[in-house]
Amino acid sequence: MTTRTIRGQKNLQDITTGSPHGIGGSPLRPDGTLKVKGEFAYSSDMWHEDMLWGMALRSPHPRATILSVDISEALKTPGVYAVLTHEDIPGSKYYGLEIQDQPALAIDKVRYHGEAIALVAADHPETARRAVKKIKVEYEVLTPITTEEQALNPELNGYVHEPHEYKSHASGNICHSQKLVHGQGVTEEVKALADVVVRGEYEVGMQDQAFLGPESGLAVPAEDGGIDLYVATQWLHVDRQQMAPVLGLPEEKVRLTLAGVGGAFGGREDLSMQIHASLLALRTGKPVKIVYSRDESFFGHVHRHPAKMTYEHGATRDGKLVYADVRLVLDGGAYASASPAVVGNAASLGNGPYNIPNVRMEAIALYTNNPSCGAMRGFGAVQACFGYESQMDRLAAELGMDPVELRQLNAMSEGDYMPTGQQIDSPAPVAELLQRVKDMPLPPPLDLANLDIRELPGALSNTSHGEGIVRGIGYSVGIKNVGFSEGFDDYSTARVRLEVIGGEPVAMVHTAMAEVGQGGITVHGQIARTELGVEKVTIHPANTEVGSAGSTSASRQTYMTGGAVKLAAEAVKQALIAKGRKRYGWTHPDLDLVGGKVVSASQGALVSMVDLLGDEAIDLTREHHHRPTVPFDKETGQGFGHVQYTFCANRAVVDVDVDLGLVKVVELTAAQDVGKALNPLSVIGQIQGGCTQALGLAVMEEIIVKDGKVRNASFTDYLIPTILDVPPIPVDMLELPDPNAPYGLRGVGEAPTVSATPSIVAAIRQATGIALNRIPVRPEHLTGTL
Amino acid sequence: MRVTFTANGKPVEADDVWEGESLLYVLRERVGLPGSKNACEQGECGSCTVYLDGTPVCSCLVAAGQVQDREVRTVEGLSEENGELGLVQQAFIDAGAVQCGFCTPGLLVQTDALLDRAPQPSDTDIREALSGNLCRCTGYEKIMDAVRLASARKCQKVGTAE
Ligand code: FES
Ligand code: FES
Repeated sequence: MTTRTIRGQKNLQDITTGSPHGIGGSPLRPDGTLKVKGEFAYSSDMWHEDMLWGMALRSPHPRATILSVDISEALKTPGVYAVLTHEDIPGSKYYGLEIQDQPALAIDKVRYHGEAIALVAADHPETARRAVKKIKVEYEVLTPITTEEQALNPELNGYVHEPHEYKSHASGNICHSQKLVHGQGVTEEVKALADVVVRGEYEVGMQDQAFLGPESGLAVPAEDGGIDLYVATQWLHVDRQQMAPVLGLPEEKVRLTLAGVGGAFGGREDLSMQIHASLLALRTGKPVKIVYSRDESFFGHVHRHPAKMTYEHGATRDGKLVYADVRLVLDGGAYASASPAVVGNAASLGNGPYNIPNVRMEAIALYTNNPSCGAMRGFGAVQACFGYESQMDRLAAELGMDPVELRQLNAMSEGDYMPTGQQIDSPAPVAELLQRVKDMPLPPPLDLANLDIRELPGALSNTSHGEGIVRGIGYSVGIKNVGFSEGFDDYSTARVRLEVIGGEPVAMVHTAMAEVGQGGITVHGQIARTELGVEKVTIHPANTEVGSAGSTSASRQTYMTGGAVKLAAEAVKQALIAKGRKRYGWTHPDLDLVGGKVVSASQGALVSMVDLLGDEAIDLTREHHHRPTVPFDKETGQGFGHVQYTFCANRAVVDVDVDLGLVKVVELTAAQDVGKALNPLSVIGQIQGGCTQALGLAVMEEIIVKDGKVRNASFTDYLIPTILDVPPIPVDMLELPDPNAPYGLRGVGEAPTVSATPSIVAAIRQATGIALNRIPVRPEHLTGTL
Repeated sequence: MRVTFTANGKPVEADDVWEGESLLYVLRERVGLPGSKNACEQGECGSCTVYLDGTPVCSCLVAAGQVQDREVRTVEGLSEENGELGLVQQAFIDAGAVQCGFCTPGLLVQTDALLDRAPQPSDTDIREALSGNLCRCTGYEKIMDAVRLASARKCQKVGTAE
């Protein structure tokens, strides 16, 4: 085994962080140089000298009984080393993030279009592709359950999972439900208090994370009978926890190392190829690489839940909200994935950052034979925000009020209560954020005399020279939680080692945090420099040799793993100072590490860290737990369920070609409270990237599913915003510290993805006067040709 | 079949190439140049962009056999002779235009080609030139900044040289 080599592993060694900035500065990414040189090994770049290629056979049907699987022809193909079905699985056949309801390979039935049935390992991807085609499966095709009506009538349509198979919290084809009652709920007396009532039904299409780096990795069988997996994921330890029982191995024999991750956005929270490549590697005794093609990627990960939502708001004549009556139906698809947590978020955040004295809410996720849905940036808060913000605009119109003033009048602030009964105990500058986007200068008006037609709707297609173009402006604000909620002990681990290397003190940071592009490793370097007063920090590869870092999701990594790095670095600092006290008998109470020295605030520098450390290394590991939360009560939704809240407001300016139904977003402004920007350059990058995915949901991104079948599994047909679609995104960053969080920071990645979509739709409504209750908005919605 | 071509100035040779293999596959899996990326292998994302005889192409759409005796330049060939980062590479890092970085190799080649033919492009020119390169992380703002920065530095360098 030792003679074998894995190529391209520069980022699988320690990498040195760049310029010497602590927190609040914007040092360059430590992996930046490797990335611009093409030397950064992503999971799809992993290569082993005698590796095989793995590939899955996937179901062409959304719902069918499997009558037989014949692998004999496939197995005979020259170059094929193994063909596996569920019968070859050594351990448990099911896995899942929250509910173990998903077979690693289909057993007797398929529940969605694209479900994996069998695996092939071969010496070339084309050999594998051909062998996959030779596997003969006999199906009895069944009518898929695809709508709420069908799912809620199992007597007539049957079950996605038979009742005896249920591993879920709810029953029937309901995967999870959460109710919420706040104040009086919605009663006749409450309704009578409202002078105006607006009611709307809204729909959100199925969005895809569409990260560019395909699901991929390399599984290497180890001499101890275990497996070494190099993979792109969001959470190494939860992958291992799900893999080990299926592989029939103890966890310590399943070792994961993070390979380069080409974006994630929630789509890598569930397993994709991890178990499959490992099964093939264990069976063949050879390293196996799996790389999804783009169409397989659309089948191989969960998506954002499509939603149907009913919102009714009552308000007084002067614009004060009286009640909200809400029902959110999320399509969870065939397997549970993160649906229960998504439902919890939708129910608890689905009334927005507003004070509403009386609320009745129900949120459910269904099991259907549509593609499975789970985590995507914004996680249950995105769909609802489109609903409640659309309602705020309608209410403002009904009352003849300015839409921003109406929002500000009802905006929650610090000290107010969420509908869950949780008090907001840190800044919540909702009204101020709205004011900030409103006060930012507007882009110049459309100048028909001097326009570059490439900047109009239709862009390079030369569809308009200015005729039929109308401009609109819209506003929105949203709320998102940070960290895992509802009683989950969502901790992170960090190891920090301080030693003298080449005559200077060097700190090494080792965590299992998945760097997916967000810049977490940059921040870890900044924290270590700040706490330890060193210049040089190296980042050790993320792997399962250190404790869990939790997931790179829920906007939590800087808060959680950043917090763990801070704790570990502080412990190292204290240990070094204690060493100095012991050696030199210092009694100063005011010691710190600054500029490579132990420094007393009153007496100045005492000794260099190099002299004090000598040959010794201080190597300490710490866990960071956030404050405890509790599960929401099932019937009332009450409970201190979330760790932290985060808010973003947007203003969108759009030009609409009303003849062709084409939309150009001219500018998308964001104002967000980030608590403390540990790395302002990265924070702004997160906000701009988050806004862009929201833009995609507003006007172009949808997986089209018809009768359970995915119709557009390619970048030709699933459109994500290009540089021509995305306008300038000015960002106004507010920094109001949260006293509960490390350095006062607030998780930043998701709030803009929650809040920006409705501002764009509001702007299109203002330009066209069309109601637009469904996103993404398509040309035919605007031209009346639907 | 055997394919021989020049990659980043060096002769390379790949044996046992199956006719259906793309240039991208040969670069990534056979000649040890995995810098060009494989996000769609359908000509839609631009992450596989390389120079072929000086013209940027999607290497996923070029059949391996087509590059026989031709010259390919990839992201790995954008650095200076001495290994220092090239001007466009440095600008992408400095501007914060790299997040996950999967789009970066293709964008670097495309930007390099743009600044070669138009050293001072307008914003709309930049958007037009990069419209075939998808990025899912950045929202493109910092990519715009990077191209503007590279353009400014390039013009300054040309200015001082003259
Ligand atoms: S991989 Fe070639 S264009 Fe996408
Ligand atoms: S930086 Fe991730 S796709 Fe562009």
